[in-house]
Amino acid sequence: MSSRERVLARVRRALADVPREERPQDVVVDRGYLEVHGSRTPAQTVDLLAENLADYRARVHRTDAADLPGLLARLTAEREAETVLAASGLPAAWVSAVGSPDGVATVVTEHDGLTLADLDGVDTVVTGCALAIAETGTIVLDSGPGQGRRRSTLVPDHHICVVDCGAQVVDSVVRALERLDLTRPLTWISGPSATSDIELDRVEGVHGPRMLEVVLLDPPL
Amino acid sequence: MSSTYLGMPAFPEAAAAATRDERLRANLRHATHTIRDRRAKAVAELEDWAELRAAGAALKNRVLRHLDHYLEQVEEKVTAAGGVVHWAADAAEANRIVTELVRATGEREVVKVKSMATQEIGLNEALEREGIRCYETDLAELIVQLGDDLPSHILVPAIHRNRSEIRDIFRERMASWGRAAPEGLTDSPAQLTDAARLHLREKFLRARVGISGANFLVADTGTAVVVESEGNGRMCLTLPETLISVVGIEKIVPSRRDLEVYLQLLPRSSTAERMNPYTSMWTGTTDGDGPSTFHLVLLDNGRTDTLADPVGRQALRCIRCSACLNVCPVYERAGGHAYGSPYPGPIGAILTPQLRGTSTALDASLPYASSLCGACYEVCPVAIDIPEVLLHLRERVVQGGRVTVRGRRRTVRPARGHTSERAVLRAAQWVLDRPGALRAAQRLASRTRGLHPRRLPGPGRAWTDSRELPRVPSEPFRDWWRRTRGGAQESPGRGSRAGTSGASGDDRGQEER
Ligand code: SF4
Repeated sequence: MSSRERVLARVRRALADVPREERPQDVVVDRGYLEVHGSRTPAQTVDLLAENLADYRARVHRTDAADLPGLLARLTAEREAETVLAASGLPAAWVSAVGSPDGVATVVTEHDGLTLADLDGVDTVVTGCALAIAETGTIVLDSGPGQGRRRSTLVPDHHICVVDCGAQVVDSVVRALERLDLTRPLTWISGPSATSDIELDRVEGVHGPRMLEVVLLDPPL
Repeated sequence: MSSTYLGMPAFPEAAAAATRDERLRANLRHATHTIRDRRAKAVAELEDWAELRAAGAALKNRVLRHLDHYLEQVEEKVTAAGGVVHWAADAAEANRIVTELVRATGEREVVKVKSMATQEIGLNEALEREGIRCYETDLAELIVQLGDDLPSHILVPAIHRNRSEIRDIFRERMASWGRAAPEGLTDSPAQLTDAARLHLREKFLRARVGISGANFLVADTGTAVVVESEGNGRMCLTLPETLISVVGIEKIVPSRRDLEVYLQLLPRSSTAERMNPYTSMWTGTTDGDGPSTFHLVLLDNGRTDTLADPVGRQALRCIRCSACLNVCPVYERAGGHAYGSPYPGPIGAILTPQLRGTSTALDASLPYASSLCGACYEVCPVAIDIPEVLLHLRERVVQGGRVTVRGRRRTVRPARGHTSERAVLRAAQWVLDRPGALRAAQRLASRTRGLHPRRLPGPGRAWTDSRELPRVPSEPFRDWWRRTRGGAQESPGRGSRAGTSGASGDDRGQEER
């Protein structure tokens, strides 16, 4: 008997008390919980997102499409970033101003040939996201256009993530899962990495980007 | 402890154990109280906590009652998504499978993210025996591994170490495992964390094989989910070419939608956060992103035996949040090592004797490692009635009955005469040899006095009802505990005495007599 058969046979024997005719959906699951906690206008939802992101030590910025390139240039310059990685599919205009004032930073667009060593040399990575969850202060990446491969948002020490507030902010975890495609690799990010392993003192920035900046992009009026 | 201490000849073991024990108690007390208060706040934020908890329990019941169906579905979906599924009936088989998979890659090193399942099967040791070095990458696990130590808490396994001990361990040991600790390393948590980042980074960038567990497996998509804080999980799940995940068969949730329940229950219960920093979800393999090979090892190792007991089965709902540890007065005093398995605290007291059976003295004693105060049940996000299972298992130890061991139905004989008491005392002897376990030994030994076979009326259920234990409001008990015991254990140097008297924390057992 293969182990597969052995385990399945043990499971079936163990469940001798379960009536033969019972189907999985016959086990009642009462979903009496809330889909959204509280009621908010879209603007209030974005405010809540900003608040919760900041509460978990992400740096939050708000801007509009016209000022976005300038903001990204400023944020990368503040970090003295020399190599800035633009996730593949990121609108080129977003990073068009990066490096231009002093010409120091080089913008690299993500491509197949990037090695881990290359990524290790990247100072800042700029991405969009799949969506952001206001109630938990979470951004979710699904490796779609403008979001980069998982490793591209992991190895560099500084991650700037742009959220389109017109289309990408959802209220709750329930709303997020309704929209996400689980067959894509998903990364949920709520603040920079953290540990409390040493005497429960919270230290931010263990592995992965130690600095997370989220740019909330206001929709055109 | 200064760094010279480590360079000196070994102190007599008893002295070292006593020192550690005192520190352990202080650390544990600080930690468990801090986490439990934070958790209470995080939970209070959600007005629908009770409904989420009920759904979390019901969904797991659905899975458990139809586990064969869901296992086959997981296998089908993972395979369709490019993964390879393996089945392991026990620890030895799981270790063999993983060892062979690593060997097939030609690698001698793997990076690993903290996982209860791999600790349970002793994977690191098994790989080590085959000449494969396994690097733990969770900060606490790194501390434990470098310190040649055992984890003592599900969530913060190095809770028994304080910062200066950790600094000493890093200074002494990092170099022999890879990148040495930086010169002039102090004991500030930020500096220690930074040292760990540098030490592990070179391993992440070099690693070609990663090993993980998973918090959830979604049956209708074949998606695996890992919930974490530090980013070492993302590193292990994303950078290597080959990923091997060892996952207990009870980790399944029926559908993708069900994650909405657990992703609200777990972070708040465990780290008291609205959401943990990083959650990774992957389904098989994805071209050009992440590992090109994914192996899923489905682990039984006693889970089907547990499943066979309709009362004990609920322990398999556990999502390993560790909330029950942090409210447990016994755990707070005994520490994690005393439970003799990777699963400490109340969940360990009901899970280990079911996974391993109650044939050893230690395992037979675990159902007694509780004061039945019911706090664990109250905080459990999947509503496992731990006191109910404890009583059920005590009854089995004392009165015998039908059990399933490695898939076979057996009748265990009732404990004759003082057998169970002797078993517990032997267990106490066993833990006396382990650092930090003294308190547990004393408590266990004392506990049996109140649980002599003749004094245990059956069935346990009726006993529970008449005593109304799980329904006792926790606040009054905890207030009582703080007032009478909280102060008693503050006096250092009298640790063992305080611990002995602490055994009367089972106040309701005393009343019963
Ligand atoms: S038994 Fe409940 S409270 Fe304890 S670790 Fe498991 S899920 Fe958490």
